[in-house]
Amino acid sequence: MPRSGRLASALLSILMFALFLAVWHGATLPSGGTQAADSEYAKMVGSAAASGQKTAMPSPKDVAVKLWEHAKDPFYVRGTNDQGIGIQISYSIGRVMLGFGLAALVAIPLGFLIGMSPLLYRAFDPFIQILKPISPLAWMPLALYTIKDSVTSSIFVIFICSLWPMLINTAFGVSAVRREWLNVARTLEVTPMRKAFRVILPAAAPTIMTGMRISVGIAWLVIIAAEMLVGGTGIGYFVWNEWNNLSISNILCAILLIGLVGMVLDQILARLARAVTYPE
Amino acid sequence: MEFLKVEGLKKSFVPPRGGAPFVVFDEVNFSIDKGEFVCIVGHSGCGKSTILNILAGLDEASDGNVIMAGREVAGPSLDRGVVFQGHALMPWLTAKKNVEFAVKSRWRDANCAKTDEICQRYLDMVGLTGSEDKKPAELSGGMKQRVGIARAFAIEPKMLLLDEPFGALDALTRGVIQDELLKICAATHQTVFMITHDVDEAILLADKIMLMSNGPNARIAEIVVNTLPRDRSRHTIHKDPQYYPIRNHLVDFLVSRSKEFTEQPPPGYDPRNPLLVTPGLPAVTPAIPVSLVQPRATAPSVVAGIRN
Repeated sequence: MPRSGRLASALLSILMFALFLAVWHGATLPSGGTQAADSEYAKMVGSAAASGQKTAMPSPKDVAVKLWEHAKDPFYVRGTNDQGIGIQISYSIGRVMLGFGLAALVAIPLGFLIGMSPLLYRAFDPFIQILKPISPLAWMPLALYTIKDSVTSSIFVIFICSLWPMLINTAFGVSAVRREWLNVARTLEVTPMRKAFRVILPAAAPTIMTGMRISVGIAWLVIIAAEMLVGGTGIGYFVWNEWNNLSISNILCAILLIGLVGMVLDQILARLARAVTYPE
Repeated sequence: MEFLKVEGLKKSFVPPRGGAPFVVFDEVNFSIDKGEFVCIVGHSGCGKSTILNILAGLDEASDGNVIMAGREVAGPSLDRGVVFQGHALMPWLTAKKNVEFAVKSRWRDANCAKTDEICQRYLDMVGLTGSEDKKPAELSGGMKQRVGIARAFAIEPKMLLLDEPFGALDALTRGVIQDELLKICAATHQTVFMITHDVDEAILLADKIMLMSNGPNARIAEIVVNTLPRDRSRHTIHKDPQYYPIRNHLVDFLVSRSKEFTEQPPPGYDPRNPLLVTPGLPAVTPAIPVSLVQPRATAPSVVAGIRN
């Protein structure tokens, strides 16, 4: 895209964001009239809210202040139910990495095998087709019952949801390696290991990376829900805990952070995918 | 010296819904001497590529066998280098790494300096000095095909198999690479088996041109001996009085006789011993001088019915 076009799109983005803030700000302005409030109720929800001057929905400024607080001290620990947002999100990232990494360790070699053998491809296919559409959270009770540990169970759920896209893409990528490259390897009497690592792996790498990118996206979606279920730590738990505290500002901060981290994870995988992609 | 011998080669497919097997070609017999350049010409569907793949060991014949240097060909081997129709370079490797992949497969224990030297030598040979570190996507079609040729030559095979290597190139590039190939083959005395659709290419490069009749049931109809001097070049070849008789003979075969041949082989035709013809030379019998104005006035002379 030419430079002027990029500038225009950036300006438009800023404009849209400003408009969004303005509407949000307008919608959360305190209404003019004062209402008599029950003193007990006023004590509970704060005098401004009780008198109808302010809703529980925070204004952009409230959220900005909250964000600044979190940014200043993201890693504090004040007891099990009051830990910094940075710590919570680190727990979540750690679980996603662990579950995703384990899934990659299983899916890529297994996908390689399935992709190389049409017999295995057909034999595994019905299982993959049935297991793939199952919501990963449906495994949660089974995981809790067998593993008997909530943290490990959430990692298992991440594992199971990251598995399928990587497995399917690896098998597809490996089975779709161009016949002529394999023929080159055959005429050169290349050993099976060398063929796997020097021909098939680089040829299938872009497809494998696409599978990994899809997997990490799904894993990041699922971890929030999983942590809401099992509780304890993590950004999903943080969101649910703040809902119980009725701190919408904190929830909004967490939502923003979840989006940011998700974007970063996706971008990392996109970079890696670009690094192994070859133009033909 | 007989280097490669093909005996009774046959390829047939059983149709997926049953019925009589579909015979692509049958009773294909020929041999290639060491250092000889042989082209095979024929219409699409006559099984040329299949024959080449069988020679390469990438495909299996339904019947018959291939013997190279006294050994039966039973699978792909480093003894036979293949230049594929669609260059078949690995797009994630640079030109040099593509050649290096072959060199390292050939000499597994060679050190880096040695492999580097071999790769560079063959890339220089095909005129790719300076483009070693380019990926195939950055190379033109002709350059890609040259990398393919360098890769095939670099393993120093006993025999080279070329599957229509210049089919996808424009005429100018093709000419340049043909010259290159001619030079390299003259220098290395390489034994070559090549598929082509281009009659001029066959006359320029080959010592013997095998003509295949149309498939199904294709056969080797006859073998044309290229009697032009071996030091022929693209610029002067068409001035040789033998050129047009040979060319006309080949074109005549492709246009009409290849079809007639399958329908009704000429009397006395023995697939195990196809005729060796020399249309470039004046006919022995009857002793009518070959006229350049009417080169087709005489039948192509038949040198021998001996098994080549």
